[in-house]
Amino acid sequence: MIKRSKKYSVFSLVKNAMSYHENWQPAWRNPEIKKEYDAIIVGGGGHGLTTAYYLAKNHGIRNIAVVEKGWIGGGNTGRNTTIIRSNYLWDQSAAIYDHALKLWEGMSQELNYNVMFSQRGVMNVAHNLHDVRELKRRWHANRLNGIDCEWLDTQGVKNFCPVINTSPNIRYPVLGATLQRRAGTARHDAVAWGYARGADDMGVDIIQNCEVTGINMSNGNVTGIETTKGTINSKKIGVVSAGHSSVIAKMAGIKLPLESRPLQALVSEPVKPVIDTVVMSNTIHAYVSQSDKGELVIGAGTDGYNSYSQRGGFNIVEDTIMAIVELFPLFSRMKMLRHWGGIVDICPDASPIISKTHINGLYFNCGWGTGGFKATPGSGWVFAHTIANDQPHALNSPFSINRFSSGELVDEHGAAAVAH
Amino acid sequence: MLLINCPYCGEREQEEFSCGGEAHIERPKNPPELNDDQWADYLFLRQNIKGLQYERWNHSFGCRQWFNVARNTATDEILAVYKMGEKPPELKSNDPVTPCGEPAIGSGNFSTFKK
Repeated sequence: MIKRSKKYSVFSLVKNAMSYHENWQPAWRNPEIKKEYDAIIVGGGGHGLTTAYYLAKNHGIRNIAVVEKGWIGGGNTGRNTTIIRSNYLWDQSAAIYDHALKLWEGMSQELNYNVMFSQRGVMNVAHNLHDVRELKRRWHANRLNGIDCEWLDTQGVKNFCPVINTSPNIRYPVLGATLQRRAGTARHDAVAWGYARGADDMGVDIIQNCEVTGINMSNGNVTGIETTKGTINSKKIGVVSAGHSSVIAKMAGIKLPLESRPLQALVSEPVKPVIDTVVMSNTIHAYVSQSDKGELVIGAGTDGYNSYSQRGGFNIVEDTIMAIVELFPLFSRMKMLRHWGGIVDICPDASPIISKTHINGLYFNCGWGTGGFKATPGSGWVFAHTIANDQPHALNSPFSINRFSSGELVDEHGAAAVAH
Repeated sequence: MLLINCPYCGEREQEEFSCGGEAHIERPKNPPELNDDQWADYLFLRQNIKGLQYERWNHSFGCRQWFNVARNTATDEILAVYKMGEKPPELKSNDPVTPCGEPAIGSGNFSTFKK
């Protein structure tokens, strides 16, 4: 896919070493904005860039602009805890998340860009009888959908992750866990950069620092967008703006079933390898993994109110840390280095919306809430199909906005990392 | 963390409260006559405003009373607190300068509200 002159290889590394690495080409252009495009993607995060990439690659639509108000991957793509898994309960979710997981498995090769995808396994830990029942139910649901999943008893958890505290005397003892071995983590920035480079190579214009201020329509059709860099025309507009989806929807007079809330995460000082998997606990509200740099990456629950401020309350962080320290007493004296918040758009049923709207040519991909990163390639794949064909892919037809009228909700609250 | 002025107990930390979401959503007067879209609007669709939002809070670990709060969701600034049943106060110039409430260029996160 990538042109030979741009391809990264051991030879290009050697060649550029000769000139002290001063002559590497930029990974994507900084293009002039055209007056009109065949499609415009609003939002240059992972989902937006994959949408543009698959529109170009799978559907041959290459005259595309991706407009981003900040810089690409600077929103939730750069703020998540990089966890990838597909162990969802319902058939509809299992299908779309596992489609994404399969794309992750070949991503670095396809993009010629190392996204550092590491299938280190994800454990969802049970702490009481209800958890055990719910997780076993999901384990069986996963097996029926052809998704790898195992049940580990307490000793099995200890064997797989020796640093976890399996004492029966703690407040929330470990009674078992599900394990998806194909799940894992990836380098979040690399995903945005890799897809941006791949899309750019096929002719997609990536326009940064360009904020959408309005959507132009006539007779029920979209005609373009107003931005801080002027008007851009297009008959197809795909909105992938995560926490700000409601803000963009309002410009088109659409109300969405979304609530935007802060979701916080934090990382510790780097230490030697200590935890080689991802541990998640819904009940005690915490999840932790270790990055390749050695930092513990810890995620919390959402704050309980709507906000666009990209920061949350300290009480949420405190609750999460208490849970982590009980499960991993050896982390108790570690220092935390950075802490941040992202704005997640949560649907009432904790499932995404990937859908047409009642306005012709206007499409929304939103509502991924607290777990969108894992779906990045699959989301772009089906959204590109929806935009190119003006009808949903089989995988995203259950995620239409109409489900809130029909009542066919896909309730995945139980499969979220922690109860939000 | 927010500091919320409960109309019954005074200023307390946000941890004592739980947020009940958008305020002033009226229950439909004739439920049997509603079609599916109207039900969806009542049950699920929300304004999810960036800027001035009127919302309900409950002092769940205090007096357990419900009340309303007017808050700027772009900055988390609390602009007014008023009791249930009262009309929302009219507050001036609360729209962000740009739709996302940020400067036209870049992604700073400070308030651009005019007061």
